[in-house]
Amino acid sequence: MIKTYLTKAAAALALALASACTLAAGGGGTIYTLQTEVTDRATLQTGAQVYFNYCAGCHSLQYMRYSQLGADLGLTEDQVMENLNFTGAKYTDYIIAAMPVGDAELGTGGTGWFTKAPPDLSLVGRSRGADWIYSYLMTFYPDPSRPLGWNNVQFPNASMPNPLWQMQGIQNAEFHAKKKDAAGKELPCHALEINGQCFVKLEPAVGGRMSAQEYKDSMRALTTFLDYVGEPAALKRDQYGVWVLLYLILLAGVTYLLKHEYWKDVH
Amino acid sequence: MARATPSQATGLLGWIDQRLPVIDFWNQHIGKYYAPKNFNFWYYFGSLAMLVLANQIITGIFLTMHYKPSEAEAFASVEYIMREVEWGWLIRYMHSTGASLFFVVVYLHMFRALIYGSYKKPRELIWVLGVVIFLLLMAEAFLGYVLPWGQMSFWGAQVIISLFGAIPWIGPDLVIWIQGDFIPGDATLNRFFALHVIALPLAILLLVVLHIAALHEVGSNNPDGVDIKKIKDADGKPLDGIPFHPYYTVKDIFGAACFLILFFSIIFFQPTFGNLFLERENFMIADPLVTPAHIKPVWYFTPYYAMLRAIPDKLFGVAVMGGAVLILFLLPWLDRSAVRSIRYRGPLTKAALTIFIIAFLILGYLGMQPGSDLQTLIARICTAIYFGFFFALPLISSMDSSKPVPERVTMHD
Repeated sequence: MIKTYLTKAAAALALALASACTLAAGGGGTIYTLQTEVTDRATLQTGAQVYFNYCAGCHSLQYMRYSQLGADLGLTEDQVMENLNFTGAKYTDYIIAAMPVGDAELGTGGTGWFTKAPPDLSLVGRSRGADWIYSYLMTFYPDPSRPLGWNNVQFPNASMPNPLWQMQGIQNAEFHAKKKDAAGKELPCHALEINGQCFVKLEPAVGGRMSAQEYKDSMRALTTFLDYVGEPAALKRDQYGVWVLLYLILLAGVTYLLKHEYWKDVH
Repeated sequence: MARATPSQATGLLGWIDQRLPVIDFWNQHIGKYYAPKNFNFWYYFGSLAMLVLANQIITGIFLTMHYKPSEAEAFASVEYIMREVEWGWLIRYMHSTGASLFFVVVYLHMFRALIYGSYKKPRELIWVLGVVIFLLLMAEAFLGYVLPWGQMSFWGAQVIISLFGAIPWIGPDLVIWIQGDFIPGDATLNRFFALHVIALPLAILLLVVLHIAALHEVGSNNPDGVDIKKIKDADGKPLDGIPFHPYYTVKDIFGAACFLILFFSIIFFQPTFGNLFLERENFMIADPLVTPAHIKPVWYFTPYYAMLRAIPDKLFGVAVMGGAVLILFLLPWLDRSAVRSIRYRGPLTKAALTIFIIAFLILGYLGMQPGSDLQTLIARICTAIYFGFFFALPLISSMDSSKPVPERVTMHD
């Protein structure tokens, strides 16, 4: 308990310092923000389940081994092999998608299912961040002008279709045309512009297998899982950090007393 | 070199000391090196810079055991270190955080020299050697940032190397010669690795030795700018001096412990430091076909980067950026003041220094921004202030009033 409290205090301090600097560095805009807790094992397990059922067919986690997943998520080898590994890979193998890379891209001799190879997601938690991933997963809408019929608010004109629509249902995007000023010149959108139109909001149209809240929770879990995959060391940082700092605070105290003792005769 | 009196030490130490003057060396630099007794907070950063240097070398050695300096393997080998090498993540974060904190410490160390006039006679050469170290450190940091071969590594390298292309006549060929290719590639990465792990660290170590040797020859300055060697006791020891050991060794150990609290808070709880120490884009593998929307250097280069961008002409921009660092060499001869420390300087110098520091910080902020018209204008004004400070300093420092400097140092504890 004390450790949790101290971890939170130390993390909050470091975060406050860092976010002051992030502001200076100019943060990227996302539709939603999300606090993830990568040490929450149950959430990680849920997220892994969603990942391997819906994402792993196309997206590899090339720097991650099944065995490390098992160890970090508190799963046995059998549990991992039965519930998460659908490719016949060995327990110690890296997590590589079933779909051959060439199949996805046009002009590489494959079938060209998509216009672009599905990217590896090992580091998406670090390169895009949790807010971005969550916003991306939450903002798919049907768009007949796109090759696969789907578009996304967070990442307009992404080539990925929405594989989660049966869970979420379908939400339609509402747009309005750009307003014009007196001279007939187009004004920029207040918020977001997608393909020349101003985005207003997403409106649920068809219900899915899950309620809105259930879908949110499961996307939060998936995002948390990808955040963890981006940096498995985060679990170890959390585990050791407080003890290292407690030791250093003690050391600073002792060295202060030592300095004080030696400096008594300096006036 | 023969000594006037043979070594009096006995035992193993005596055996060694008769053959190698270890006791003399210890006394000269630590045991009987008399430092002013009034060092304050600002005097921690010299020893901290050495601590960070040692950290960079030691963690760097372990990183080279697993890192692969090739275009095909570099990115994956860093991920291998982060995920599969035992404690690799800690070593890597100590190295990446150490790089940023090296600059924090060095900037504060230089600021100390500025406010207390530590560059003034007879310490000009210490300052000059220090500026050379600063230059080498910038090169070392730039080379190191390229090694993980992420998007920012590649595009940062591309932007910085292309600056050499602005040099008339030889520029374009020089760029290809530096890269060993037409764009930054395998050859570039391999040679940057060689320079980062052996050439520059050796040069930096040598210069640090010279920096300290020069310091110990003339003696340390202090917050009062008082020359402690003027007033000595019957034994010839400065009355305001205390032996470096044990007084400053115990004090610096306390400083190091405090520094390590900050250092490891970042490593364990915020290792990317809000994407400032490790940038988001650098977790994507280098791709020469995809240009990032916003190429920017790491935070410690941003003041100089802002100056580069503020100038419309490329060659002039490069000259201004380079000149901004090189002008530091002249500082000891630009400052004509009779007193060293800010404590006894007049209002003109204090105001000029304050404005200079503010302009430098604003430039640092602007260097991280995409750069609107207004920001470019502010960057130009701040660049003018930066150089204006140095150009005006001879005049300001000679006409400014000053307060009388005391004979002895003052203690504020």
